[in-house]
Amino acid sequence: MHWNIALDNFTYFLWGNTNIDWVFPFIHRPEGFFASVILAIVGIFGAFWLGLGAGLMRLSRTWWIKYPAVCYVEMIRGMPLLLLIFWFYYLAPVITGQNLPAFSTTMVCFIIFTGAYVAEIVRAGVIALPKGQMEAARGSGLSHVQAMRLVILPQALRNMIPSFVNQFVSLTKDTSLAAILGVIELTRTGVQVDNREMVASFEIWITIAALYFLICYMLTSYSRRLEAQLSRYQARDR
Amino acid sequence: MDYHFQWAEMFSGEPARWMWEGFVTTMQISTISLSCAMILGIIICVMRMTPFKPLQWFSLAFTEFFRNTPLLVQIFFWYNASQFVIPDAINNWMNDLYYWFPGPFTAFGHEFVGEWMLFNVELITGIIALTVYTSAFIAEEIRAGIFSIPKNQLEASRAVGLSFLQGYRYVILPQALRIVIPPLISQALNLIKNSSLCMVIGVGEIMYQATQIESYHAIPFEAFSVALLIYLMISLCVSFCITMYNKHFMVQVMY
Repeated sequence: MHWNIALDNFTYFLWGNTNIDWVFPFIHRPEGFFASVILAIVGIFGAFWLGLGAGLMRLSRTWWIKYPAVCYVEMIRGMPLLLLIFWFYYLAPVITGQNLPAFSTTMVCFIIFTGAYVAEIVRAGVIALPKGQMEAARGSGLSHVQAMRLVILPQALRNMIPSFVNQFVSLTKDTSLAAILGVIELTRTGVQVDNREMVASFEIWITIAALYFLICYMLTSYSRRLEAQLSRYQARDR
Repeated sequence: MDYHFQWAEMFSGEPARWMWEGFVTTMQISTISLSCAMILGIIICVMRMTPFKPLQWFSLAFTEFFRNTPLLVQIFFWYNASQFVIPDAINNWMNDLYYWFPGPFTAFGHEFVGEWMLFNVELITGIIALTVYTSAFIAEEIRAGIFSIPKNQLEASRAVGLSFLQGYRYVILPQALRIVIPPLISQALNLIKNSSLCMVIGVGEIMYQATQIESYHAIPFEAFSVALLIYLMISLCVSFCITMYNKHFMVQVMY
């Protein structure tokens, strides 16, 4: 066992301590970790706006607004993310005529993929509201768009915060797939180190799993607390 | 956009055969892992429900760990790293596994011999990873289903003389499992989609075959589109099943 390698990685992320005795690429390449974090954060921001748009389009009654969104959501939810990444990776040069960097390709794929799931969350959040809210807003003289913006969405967004955080957790886990196209992120660092070191694969993979676990578990427990808090307020008005 | 589509090449000869083999492997790996994950998930869930604390902690740690780490990392772990900590006897057993299930088989005008039913260490590893990952999710879902059954049912079953395990087996689980069937079906769909990740260790399923076709025949767009259509077909069938179940067989539990 070479647990000191694993420990080095932890101590590096905690207080920047590097042990020179272990010449270990992982501690010299924290950018892999930050690439994962950037992919996850930018991805969830993009996915929020895309999902909000698609979710609201899906709620529309006009068929030419509704059905493109339905197609998008159903198709994306029916395919594995890995397939989307590969498909897009080979399709994008055909359309644009030039090779695109793997990082931005995967970023776009994460946004498109998570956007479909966020769209479902938005739709569920809006549908869960009592119908009278919309009717009352329309009755008090707001237009449909105004009612959506001022009455429905603020409540729906509050309802969907926990599931949205869960989606963020899934996206954080999904960013590991960028490794397959060769983007240097956390998992890819693990692959590289594993290929080079030959001795410590157990420690390497446990370390990487533990890093993902820390991020995701923090988010999950936060979402659980948030859910408890929000449902406490909700219990009062029902 | 001057890309020359070669759909004819995709639907004949080697690419078509490889794709079919990939489909068979995907279904094989998904079916086996789903059955194992159901069993493991139920075990983990019941462990979580027992009054014995260490079992509860173990299953809590199990679910939280496997739900909060990416499947890709888990696959790499099982394939690259687990051999250093599991006994040599198991390693040797896994490396020696070369089973061909039935004999040669003809479909779509092709004869399939051996390869597609090869049970090698990659396939076993992929099945283990998918099983463990999915069982954590299944355990959580079944637990949610059990929580939706009122607690006094278990108390009543204890009162009429059933033991704890009997109470679960005869009273709680039959009702809870019926409630969680729709989420379990969508979990099965997730499992099928997740099985695409097994390509990184060289399991010959749909995605792996698509990358093979891409590198041998240089028709990436066609290969990945066909893979996409296969996955879409599977997922549409599954969502149709869920709709039908909800429409015709969803049981209203009376309290």
